[in-house]
Amino acid sequence: MVQKLEALVETPSQTAGPYVHIGLMPTYAGNPGYYDQEVGTSPIAAGAKGEIIEISGEVFDGTGWALRDALLESWQADAAGKFAGQEGADPAVSGHCRFAADAVSGEFTLRTVKPGAVPARGGKMQAPHICLWIVARGINIGLQTRIYFDDEDNSADPVLARIEQKPRIDTLIARKVGDGKYRFDIRLQGDGETVFFDM
Amino acid sequence: MTNLGPLIPRNREIHPVAYDPDYKTSVARSPRLPLISMESTPGEETGPRFGHGLIGPLDNNLILNWTGGKAPAVGERVLMHGRVLDENARPVPNTLIEIWQANAGGRYRHKKDGYLAPLDPNFGGCGRTITDENGYYEFLTVRPGAYPWPNRGNDWRPMHIHVSIFGNSFGQRLISQMYFEGDPLIDRCPIAATIKDRGQLESLVAPLDINRSRPLDFLAYKFDIVLRGRRQTMFENKLEGM
Repeated sequence: MVQKLEALVETPSQTAGPYVHIGLMPTYAGNPGYYDQEVGTSPIAAGAKGEIIEISGEVFDGTGWALRDALLESWQADAAGKFAGQEGADPAVSGHCRFAADAVSGEFTLRTVKPGAVPARGGKMQAPHICLWIVARGINIGLQTRIYFDDEDNSADPVLARIEQKPRIDTLIARKVGDGKYRFDIRLQGDGETVFFDM
Repeated sequence: MTNLGPLIPRNREIHPVAYDPDYKTSVARSPRLPLISMESTPGEETGPRFGHGLIGPLDNNLILNWTGGKAPAVGERVLMHGRVLDENARPVPNTLIEIWQANAGGRYRHKKDGYLAPLDPNFGGCGRTITDENGYYEFLTVRPGAYPWPNRGNDWRPMHIHVSIFGNSFGQRLISQMYFEGDPLIDRCPIAATIKDRGQLESLVAPLDINRSRPLDFLAYKFDIVLRGRRQTMFENKLEGM
């Protein structure tokens, strides 16, 4: 007999379901005051260095209907490309945010600082981006995607370079729609389907 | 913070399929195109950290936390406990676990849940804790009831507790559900059945842990959680040209 591998198997995912907000965003679920401090209410505190931006959008299903029950989380570096906890990182940037599609309109807004470029493994620089994770009823395993910016140079980004069909890159790029304002729509399925990652 | 090394790629075969017609909502909410895979980058290898200072004294006690300790919730008193490990069997200490669930009658305290079973005025259904240095966690709660949902004509969710875990990197982020040993509804549930490998579904079913139960107080169920591990990097940081 060969030696036994001592590896464990990752716990399988299940959908977050329609009531995910009870657990992760109690105030949004209609239960304010549950916790003194809710998790991920803002990725930045007062005094964060860099450009403060707002990214708004919707998460559309395969019929073109915007999800009213999606929950999103973002994770990003500060304006200098440092993640919270790394040496020299901006102490006013936690980098993590939890936000929901509006229960009536389906629109979400992320108010944050524009991230700086971050190196990939091997030292190659990635274009500024925000990592995004989407869960909801009907989504059996959280979807990983990224927000890039149309006013940055994305031409040498190693992750975008992995996308064979070049028109699909556009699905990951937030459009500037005003001063410090961007639009980023997510399409789960069908025409213009957003690129999702396995990283 | 040191770079902790690349994450082991996810084995997608053990996870649920995205598209499963028996779970009707997944039909319009599942990508049709393949995921783009590549090695993890710092954005997946780092992640938010939460200090023990975040957690209030009753945050992991769902029997008492909705009323601030004034009155206990109705239902079977249950201790949910276990360890968080990674695929290399290393404990994951100091990581945030959040749970949410219905009350003993299967009713959620959410503005959108209109099920006819009543709310329990002493139960909110939300808890959180941070694992200790050995990756251990526990919650005291009441066992949630099964509840009907509009999927096929007569679908009922098994008793379950939703679980959300961070690990120490954003690429480990995971949400799942814990089921209870012996619940006959597990085998009829289209959401449980999105996991096609029966052995993997079993890993979401918590066994009764009579040894951890406290006589005349609560029953215990053990639910261990495994997150993605990291590849060893001993031979990976080679100089150019070597």
